[in-house]
Amino acid sequence: MSEVRYTDQHEWIRLDGDEATVGITKYAAESLGDVVFVELPASGKAVAAGGEAAVVESVKAASDIYAPAGGTVTLANSALESAPSKVNEDPEGEGWFFKLKLSNKDEFAKLMDAAAYAKFLESL
Amino acid sequence: MSMNNQGRPSSIDKGSAGEAFPASIATISGDRGLDHEEALIFELGHGATGVDLPDVQISEARLGGSRRSGAIGLPGLSEPEVIRHYVRLSRKNYAIDSGLYPLGSCTMKHNPRLNEKMARLPGFGDLHPLAPQSTTQGALEVISALMNWLTTLTGMPAVAMSPKAGAHGELCGLLAIRAAIAARGENRKRILVPESAHGTNPATAAFAGFTVDEVPAKPNGRVDAEALKAKLGPDVAAIMLTNPNTCGLFEGEIVDIAKAVHEAGAYFYCDGANFNAIAGKVRPGDLGIDAMHINLHKTFSTPHGGGGPGAGPVVLSERLAAYAPIPLLVASADGLRLIEDAADAPEGARPFGRMCAFHGQMGMFTRALTYMLSHGRDGVRQASEDAVLSANYILASLKDVMSAPFGDGPCMHEALFDDSFLEGTGVTTLDFAKAMIDEGYHPMTMYFPLVVHGAMLIEPTESESKHSLDRFIHVLHTLATEAKAKKTERFAGAPHLAPRRRLDETAAARKPVLRWKPDPLKAAAE
Amino acid sequence: MRYLPLTTDDRRAMLAKIGAPDVDALFRDVPNSAVVPLSAFNLPDTQGEMEVDRGMSKMAARNVAAGAAPFFCGAGAYKHHVPSAVDHLIQRSEFLTSYTPYQPEIAQGTLQYLFEFQTQVALLTGMEVANASLYDGSTATAEAVLMAQRITKRGKAILSGGLHPHYAETVETVAGLFGPVERTKVTPGSAEDIIALIDEQTACVVVQSPDVFGLIRNLRPIAEAAHAKGALLIAVVTEIVSLGLLEPPGAQGADIVAAEGQSIGNGLNFGGPYVGLFATREKFLRQMPGRLCGETVDAEGRRGFVLTLSTREQHIRREKATSNICTNSGLCTLAFTIHLSLLGEDGLTRLARLNHAKASALADKLAALPGVELVTGAFFNEFTVKLPKAAAPVVDALAKKGVIAGVPASRLLPREKSAEGLLILAATETNTDEDFDALVAALKEAI
Ligand SMILES: Cc1ncc(COP(=O)(O)O)c(C=O)c1O
Repeated sequence: MSEVRYTDQHEWIRLDGDEATVGITKYAAESLGDVVFVELPASGKAVAAGGEAAVVESVKAASDIYAPAGGTVTLANSALESAPSKVNEDPEGEGWFFKLKLSNKDEFAKLMDAAAYAKFLESL
Repeated sequence: MSMNNQGRPSSIDKGSAGEAFPASIATISGDRGLDHEEALIFELGHGATGVDLPDVQISEARLGGSRRSGAIGLPGLSEPEVIRHYVRLSRKNYAIDSGLYPLGSCTMKHNPRLNEKMARLPGFGDLHPLAPQSTTQGALEVISALMNWLTTLTGMPAVAMSPKAGAHGELCGLLAIRAAIAARGENRKRILVPESAHGTNPATAAFAGFTVDEVPAKPNGRVDAEALKAKLGPDVAAIMLTNPNTCGLFEGEIVDIAKAVHEAGAYFYCDGANFNAIAGKVRPGDLGIDAMHINLHKTFSTPHGGGGPGAGPVVLSERLAAYAPIPLLVASADGLRLIEDAADAPEGARPFGRMCAFHGQMGMFTRALTYMLSHGRDGVRQASEDAVLSANYILASLKDVMSAPFGDGPCMHEALFDDSFLEGTGVTTLDFAKAMIDEGYHPMTMYFPLVVHGAMLIEPTESESKHSLDRFIHVLHTLATEAKAKKTERFAGAPHLAPRRRLDETAAARKPVLRWKPDPLKAAAE
Repeated sequence: MRYLPLTTDDRRAMLAKIGAPDVDALFRDVPNSAVVPLSAFNLPDTQGEMEVDRGMSKMAARNVAAGAAPFFCGAGAYKHHVPSAVDHLIQRSEFLTSYTPYQPEIAQGTLQYLFEFQTQVALLTGMEVANASLYDGSTATAEAVLMAQRITKRGKAILSGGLHPHYAETVETVAGLFGPVERTKVTPGSAEDIIALIDEQTACVVVQSPDVFGLIRNLRPIAEAAHAKGALLIAVVTEIVSLGLLEPPGAQGADIVAAEGQSIGNGLNFGGPYVGLFATREKFLRQMPGRLCGETVDAEGRRGFVLTLSTREQHIRREKATSNICTNSGLCTLAFTIHLSLLGEDGLTRLARLNHAKASALADKLAALPGVELVTGAFFNEFTVKLPKAAAPVVDALAKKGVIAGVPASRLLPREKSAEGLLILAATETNTDEDFDALVAALKEAI
C-alpha cells in the first residue's frame, strides 16, 4: 500500500516500502504555467528535508523543489528533460521528478495528508 | 485636346466604400499595405556587397599560421537592400517618438535630438579613450561637469562614473561597501532587500558575494521598517532600498531607517532608478544614504535604444568615497587628469578595483550633460514635478474603475494598480495590456512589483501633454469599464492589429532556436 | 522649457482633478526638511538649444578627434570607417526611442535584428550560440569567468599576461570574490607558458588573441590542456575585425568567447558605449548571462521572435540569476549588425586583409628606423615596437606635433619596468600613406 503526503511548498511524496517518489502538486503545476524546463538531481545525491533538490521552470517563473524528507536520490525522471510538458499534463503521475531512499521515515509521517493539504489550499 | 486627358476617380464611389478588407482575402505578397513582412538578412543575401573596398592580397608571413580556413557564412547585400531591410524592421516597433510609452520604472521620457547631435561631435564621438590626455581635456571637462551636476543634485560628496548601467552601478556601490567593511576588519555577509525590489537588487547582492535576506512590505506599500530594524545585526552589510520605491511611493520613514542602519554598523544603498521623481527638489544625501546609482538613461533622458546602452554613475557618501573604483578624475597643475592605476591614487583613496575597461559611457555623458544644461536646475525641478503631477492625474482619473492597492494617498511619478478590478471578468492583466496595443498604446509595466497581484505600473513621465494624457485615460477608462461589464471581445486573443498576434513563448523556451541556420536541403542542393 | 508640454493652466486643471491645492501636496510623504528650495542647487538655469550647442561644442573643440590627425591608437578600441547608412538607420525613432522588447507583438523590429545579431556573432566566433550583448568586452570577459566558475564548480581563473590589463583588472574585481585570479607574467611579443599553470582547481584559462601587444596566439594547445584538466578555455577578442582573416576561437577549441564589438559599427566615443559579444557552446546555454532572443510562431502561425530562456535572468531568478545585467548594449548591437550586413562575407574579409596589409606596411617602415625594434612577429592590425627610450614622453611629444602615435604600454602597465620602451600601434583602413610618412618623420626626430 502506498501513502501520499504533501508539503506547504506544494510537493507531493509517495512512499512504497523504503522508496519514495516526489513531484509537484496539480496546484503548483497550474500556478507555474507551461513548464518548459526541469533540472533534476543526480542519483546518489544526498538531500536533507527541506533542502533544494530540483528546479522547475515555466516561461516567466522558476521554482526550487525541496525534498519533502531527507534521503538519497535513487532515480530521476529523465523523461522530463525532453518532455517537460508531462509536469503539466500529469503532475501527480508521469510528471514525477525523482525517487528517494528515505533516511528517516518519521519526517514523512509528519507531512500533511491529502485532507490536510486540501484544507491548506483553501486557506491560501 | 493636347493636355493630359486621362482623368481618374478621385472621390470614394459607392461600390468600394466602407468595407474593411476582408481578412479571408490574403494579399498576394503577404504584405498588407504599409505593413511589410521582412525576411531574415540571411535569407536575403545573394553575394552582393554594401561597401567598396580594395581587394588586397596579403602574405601569410605574419599571421602565425592562424589564417581562417573556412568561410564565415555572412550574407552579402548592397546598400539599398540593407537600408530597406532595417527601415522595414524599424516599422514593426513601438517607440516613445510615436506614442505614449507608460512603462513603469523604465522612464520613457522624450529623448531630445540635440543630445544626439552633441554626442556625435567629432571631438566626443571620434575620440580614443587612450589618446594622450593632453588631447582629451574637453572630454574630461564634460565628465567633470557631469560629476558636479550629479553630486549637487544628490547632495553627495563623490561619484563613481564608470558603471555602464543601473545594475552595474549597484554592483559598484556594493563593492565599495564591501571594501569599506573589509577596511574595518569586519566580515558582514547579509544584505537586506525589500520584496518589492527590482530583480537586479538581489541579483547584484549575490553577484557581489553577499546573501540576500528579504524584508516584507507593509499593507501601505512601504517597506516594513520595524521588520527591517529587527533584521539588523552584526552580520548585515547593507540594505538596498529603492526610493521612491517600485510601487511609486515615497518611503517616508527613510531618515529613521538610515539612522538605524548606521547604528547597526551597516550601509544604506539606495536604488536611484526613480530619481526622476525628486531630482531638483529632494537631495538623497540629506536622507542619510551611502550610495545610489543614477540611470542616466532614465532620469536624464539618454535614449533606451531597444534595450541599451545606459549609464549608471554611483554617488557615494563620505564613508564610501575613498573606495571608488579606478579611473579617478583629478585636477592637476596641467589640467584634468585621469588616474588609471590604483597605485597612483591620491592620498587617502583606496579604490576597490575596476568596473570595466576605459572610463565609462562617455557617449551617454555627453547626452546627459546636454539634457541638464538644456533644462537647467529649474527645468529639472519642473520635470520632476510634472512627472509626479501627471502620474497623480492618471491615478485620480482611473481609480474609480481600476483598483489602486494602496489607498487614497498621492503617488510619486508612477501610478500602480492591481488586478482586483478584473476579478470574475475572465480578463487578466496580460489581456488588459494586450488590448492596449490594439488601441495604439504600449502597455504599462505588468506583473511588477511582485508584491502586488497582477500589477500594472503606469509611468507617464513629464513628456506628455494634457491632451495626450486625457486621451490615454479615456482609453483605459473605457477598457476597464468594458472588462467589468464582461464585454470581453476586445481582450480575448488581443492584440489583433499589431504586426504579430501573441507569440508562443512556451515553444520558444522548450525548443530554443537562437540563431538562423541554413536549410540543410537547400545547402545540399547547392 | 521646450521639452515640457504642460502649461500653467494645464497644471492647474490637473491639480483640481486630483483635489490637491498645489504640487507640493503631492510630495507630502517626503519629510518636510528634505524638500529644498531651488537656490540650494548651485547650478545654471534653462538654456536654449543654441547656447547649449555653443557650450558643448567648445568643450568638444578642446579634444583632438582621431580623424583630425595621423592616428595610431588601438589597445582595445579601434578607429574604423563606419558607413553613413549605419548612423542614419540607428537614429530612426523606432530603434532609438524604444525600450527592451518586452511586448514582442510591437517590438519585432528589435527582436529580429537581435536574432540576426546573435547569428552573426555565432558565425564570426565559430561558436554555437551567442547572446544579445553585454556592456563591453571587459565585462563580457568577467561574466565568462563567473560562468566558468559556475560550470566547473571551481574557483581559480588563470589570466594570460597578454590579456588587456583593464580586462584583467575587471575580472579580478568581480571574479576574485569567488576564487583566486592569477595573472601570468607579461611577455610582450611572445606567448607565456600558461599550460604549466593549469591544474585540477582551475576553472578557466583566459587568453586574448590577438593579445594586447597585437600578437596572434595559437589557442589549440591551450584548449586541449585545459580540457584535459576539466577546465574551460575563454578566448578574448578585442579587435573583432580580425576574425575576418583569422581562425575563429570556436574552431580552436574555445568554450566561451568574450569579445569587444566596437570595431564594427561603433565609434570610439572615448571608451563607451561599446558592445560586449558573448558566445559559447550549446551545452552551456542555461549558464549564459544576458538576454537571448529566440524564434517562435504567433497565434496565426507566422514566424516571430521573443526574448527567451528568461528564467536565467534577474527579473525572474533574482539572487539565483546567472548575472545581474538588465540594460545591455541594445543600440550598439544594432550598429554592429547593420555594419556587418553592409560588409557581408566579401566586405569583411576584404576589410580584414586591408587592415593587415596596412599594419604590415607600417611595421616595415618603423622597423627600418634606427633603434626601433619590431616586437610582435605575428599580428593582425596592431603591433608593438620597442623604442630606444621611454615611449610615453615620445607619444606626448608627437601629440604636440599633431601626431597621435599609439598607446605607450606603460599607460596600461605602469608598474611593469619592461613595458617602458614599448609602443603599441594600430593601423586600419582609415590610415593613409601620408599618415605613415608623418608618423615616421616625427618619430625619427623624437628618438
Ligand atoms: C527599480 C530599478 N532598479 C534597477 C534597474 C536596473 O537598471 P539597468 O537596467 O540600467 O541596469 C531598473 C531598470 O530596469 C529599475 O527599474
